[in-house]
Amino acid sequence: MHLNEEEQAMLAGEAGEVVRIAMQHQIMVGDFFGARDFVAVTQAHVMADTESLGQAGVMWLERLCDVRDELHRVRIPTITDPRGTDFTRADDLGQQSWMLELERRAIDALVKLGVSMTDTCINYQTVLAATRGEHVAFGDTGVVIYSNSINGARSNFEGGPSALSAGLTGRTPRYGFHLDAQRQASLRIHVDLVPKTLNEWGALGGVIGRLAGNYWEVPVIEGLDIAPTSDELKHFGAAMASFGSVALFHIVGITPEASRLEDVGGHKLAVRHRISRSDIDALTKSYALEKTVDVVVFSAPQLSMYELRSLAELCDGRHFKIPLLAITSPQVKPDADRFCFTERIEAAGGTVMSGMCFYQSYAREISEAKGWKRLATNSAKLVNILGGYGYVPMLTSMEECVNAAVTGELK
Amino acid sequence: MSELVLTARYAMGSKVCSEALVAKDGFSARYDLNRLRGVFSRPAHKLVGQSYVGKILILDTAKGGVASAWMLNEMQSRDMAPLAIVFNSVNPILVQGAALGGITMMAGFDADVTSLIAHGALVEIDPAARTLRVLSGSDKTVDGDTDRLITAGASQKVRFVARK
Repeated sequence: MHLNEEEQAMLAGEAGEVVRIAMQHQIMVGDFFGARDFVAVTQAHVMADTESLGQAGVMWLERLCDVRDELHRVRIPTITDPRGTDFTRADDLGQQSWMLELERRAIDALVKLGVSMTDTCINYQTVLAATRGEHVAFGDTGVVIYSNSINGARSNFEGGPSALSAGLTGRTPRYGFHLDAQRQASLRIHVDLVPKTLNEWGALGGVIGRLAGNYWEVPVIEGLDIAPTSDELKHFGAAMASFGSVALFHIVGITPEASRLEDVGGHKLAVRHRISRSDIDALTKSYALEKTVDVVVFSAPQLSMYELRSLAELCDGRHFKIPLLAITSPQVKPDADRFCFTERIEAAGGTVMSGMCFYQSYAREISEAKGWKRLATNSAKLVNILGGYGYVPMLTSMEECVNAAVTGELK
Repeated sequence: MSELVLTARYAMGSKVCSEALVAKDGFSARYDLNRLRGVFSRPAHKLVGQSYVGKILILDTAKGGVASAWMLNEMQSRDMAPLAIVFNSVNPILVQGAALGGITMMAGFDADVTSLIAHGALVEIDPAARTLRVLSGSDKTVDGDTDRLITAGASQKVRFVARK
């Protein structure tokens, strides 16, 4: 990689040992992908829950903090993805003290590095949405796909070590979705339905993700002649990224880089897939495995204020037989409290948590501690993930999930 | 007797040699593994139930979330990591994780690496030379794939060399 004078100085340790380590890491990744140089980034978003970090990752962060040159703070706005717990609700999840202690150590280290503990995977709805053409270093696949596709910003999937490195150096290797050529469409898809609910948007994203199946594929989607909401596109993108590792999509006439099919090179591609309602029904039915439900979870991505409002409306006058967990960001939770959404959900027997995400919170151990195996949700991303954690995840609408919390069964 | 040598476009890490676990399937440390037991745990994964510790994983592509960037390092710290991971196509997360965890990684071939190498073959990876060498256990695959490779135009990147 070509390094400018400032970058050479960073690599030589002139900006401190921590920055030198970060540069070294970024160069290894950049060299692998053949990046010719670095690109300056304006924001970084670090995924660093302790289930992912483990003891080794926490110790790695602590070693960075132990450097005594006082040069180990991030130089651009750097925020965090959800944590592994909501400390006020850890007992409800059956989480053990060692998990909480590890979380506290990780938080302490990240704060010392100058990271802002926003603990959210919906920062594009709550903190500072990236703008068209803005180069950023975002973690969380849902954040990246939304920022790339809906906001027109430029980011690769930046895992925790790389996102933190970008925060420390203020740059990232220029490869992948930072390059114009990589943002051109490579997979043309026609959609013959309009999803009605968030779970259907997620299922559609899941179907497209499976068809793409590759980080480097860029689907361009025709046929969606509506203006989806931010929450609908949130579930759509998060599922596409989860099922297919996709980081960027275009919807003709909707997303900013694809006013016309020609804008992203889609006119050069033949339509490779047509997606109908039967496709998303098939994906949904593949998760409709059992009737009985042990727990209902709304998470992945965290809920917006308006998702919580919808949930509160469904909870009014109900009494839950099984646990219902609704998980949001620390930015949204105070408003949910202020508008009494939390009170209404919890009056029915639900629990509203913030700053965490269910699958990033020791989901396997929670399952064992609480005896939760059969899980209903409206998040396609969540059902895709939880199979590997020993759950039987089931995908249905928010309304049916609430009904299941009341009866313990899905229709 | 000939052996198969593949050349990759992308590689990092140390030279390693081990048994290959091969599947035309994806990989995510979070989605697919029981990292405490060191086995593939996702029921739908083709390698479910098999131990990946100390093995060379040969898979189609990197899947899903960003957690693998930390998890490879954590697995390595407990000696519960694969020795190397080889992909047809890799996303940045696995590369970032391999860089942090010191795990050998290779990707980008001119033919489908998961169909060229037999499950259980003994494989050597040399990142400096960007070569993947099948040392044994691959005779059936090699013979069966020779014609297809040539017609796919991949002969410049796939070499058969005499075994010493």
